[in-house]
Amino acid sequence: MGERLFVIGNEAIGWGALNAGCDAYIGYPITPQNETTEWFAGEFPKRGKVFIQSQSEVGSINILFGAVATGHRAMTSTSGPGWGLMQEGMSHLSNGEMPCIISLVQRGGPGAGTTRHGQMDYLSATWGGGNGGYKNIVLTPASVQETHDFVQLAFYLADKYRNPVIVMTDGLLGQMAEPLELKVLDFGPVPEKDWAVRGRANQPDGIRRVVNVMQGLIPSPPHPPYTGFSDLLKVLNEKYERMKESEVRYETYLIDDADLIIVAYGYTARVSKEALKAARKDGFRVGMIRPLAVWPFPYQIVREMASKGCRFLVVEDSLGQLVEDVRIGAQGKADVHLLGALARHDPGDGGMILPDTVINEIYRLMNR
Amino acid sequence: MKKKLVSGLPKLWVRHPAERLECPGCQYPIITRIVYDVIDELGIEGNTILVNSSACGFAVILTTSTDCVHANHGQGIDAACGVKALLPDSLVVCFGGDGDVAAIGAGAFVNAAQRADKFTVIMVNNGHFAMTGGQLAPTTLMGQITTTTPEGRGPNMGYPARMPEMIATVQGVAYSARGAANTPANYLKTRKYVKTAFEKQLDNIGFSFVEFLSACPTGWRMTPQESIRWIEEKMIPALPLGEFKNVDRLD
Repeated sequence: MGERLFVIGNEAIGWGALNAGCDAYIGYPITPQNETTEWFAGEFPKRGKVFIQSQSEVGSINILFGAVATGHRAMTSTSGPGWGLMQEGMSHLSNGEMPCIISLVQRGGPGAGTTRHGQMDYLSATWGGGNGGYKNIVLTPASVQETHDFVQLAFYLADKYRNPVIVMTDGLLGQMAEPLELKVLDFGPVPEKDWAVRGRANQPDGIRRVVNVMQGLIPSPPHPPYTGFSDLLKVLNEKYERMKESEVRYETYLIDDADLIIVAYGYTARVSKEALKAARKDGFRVGMIRPLAVWPFPYQIVREMASKGCRFLVVEDSLGQLVEDVRIGAQGKADVHLLGALARHDPGDGGMILPDTVINEIYRLMNR
Repeated sequence: MKKKLVSGLPKLWVRHPAERLECPGCQYPIITRIVYDVIDELGIEGNTILVNSSACGFAVILTTSTDCVHANHGQGIDAACGVKALLPDSLVVCFGGDGDVAAIGAGAFVNAAQRADKFTVIMVNNGHFAMTGGQLAPTTLMGQITTTTPEGRGPNMGYPARMPEMIATVQGVAYSARGAANTPANYLKTRKYVKTAFEKQLDNIGFSFVEFLSACPTGWRMTPQESIRWIEEKMIPALPLGEFKNVDRLD
């Protein structure tokens, strides 16, 4: 068994990156994920790794691009408004096929919104906030341990597909302390980064490398050999389709006999599971689907359960973002209800969706 | 007897000048030539990473034999920071235009200098945004006509940015200079500026910066000869050539 710690989710991001062999972290402080930036500042330089505090999130994402261009594992982290600033960079990282990870600790919005928890960046993370219609895998842990594990999975998937991967948590998961077992996860071999710049003298074949965010417009010898824009689109499309086929991840809980299925990720999944257990005790047949990745989304299982006649309750701390994906999955065959940010227990920004609120909603829906 | 190359192409130049993508009379080729020659002279071509971002200078990545990184417009300086952090033993040179460095990338520029990042920024200043058709840049001279200052730049549009003078005030900067290639004398002087800037980086002293004044006959609606005269008569008096900082220690 690995070393056990008692840490918060924001620190688990750092431990996960360390166990993934990450060489560089670039970040700009923003609440509620400052502990991530501070963790890297404390732990990386003393291990001979790179820590850069950037001048802005625009800086973070572009310094990240330069770092990743050298073939090293590197990451940044942010929240709400900082995530907004990174969108142009996300689009360019996708064009350049740069394997890196971005941890997004969601807070409430729009605008400055709140510096505390929220789940309001789902759509910009899954459907792409930047220009051009790119796609990134978005992993959604719901515990400190999962945060640590999913960061390692994210680095693996980034290398596997040569694409940015987002690890999306929220302010509550980031600030919550839980036991964490440190362990290095092995997901198998990844493609060699034969495209990275190292200085031509250090390239085994002596051929120069060009790492480029204008693929399809400017040649990027020697790999990949895109000769034009449509070549780029074909390659990206093929890659996105492969991800959709292979990287759907979800967990189900008591769905076999369920009449109502809760769909939730992150902190509201934890809350919903509490509510579900209580409702089960009262004899209500409630189940749960928890996406572990929200892009690609597990449409298939939602479709199957909708076809069986299940109803859906989406619990998310926003005005309704995940619920759109559940509706797409249900294809109009099932009622899809939303318990969203308006159901927070407190009008201030400390308000959250509590298990009692979810239980009441379950009873309301099932007694109808 | 050892033969010395007195004319011909720099070794780093992988394409023939006739294949170049710049407009006739553009000074980008002459500026990249200076940079390539200095890299060649220092014997570090194999450990050089040229970083560039989207604007007229993008052709650099097509013409050099070195490894290259091409970032989004205005983000070359940030990308160079990332490259240098992971490849600290390389020579990292970031090419940018005046839009790149003085406008959209100005924040990155100032902060790379403040962090004393050990790489070199080359800014090619042609006084306007050339690639998008010749609009106002922070460096546009007073009275200069651009497509967004059709009556000429007046005080209501501010005043020309003096980047080397400005960055020379930053403690993290080891070297800052402005050169031009409008005459053979200036060409040779500027070549020395570039070499010194690279040496400051290789000696790990601090951030280094060289601005080039550059002709853009297409954007300026002039002949190449008129453009060279414009540099001499208008640009140099407003943006004087020379070194603004040259130190061997940052304290």
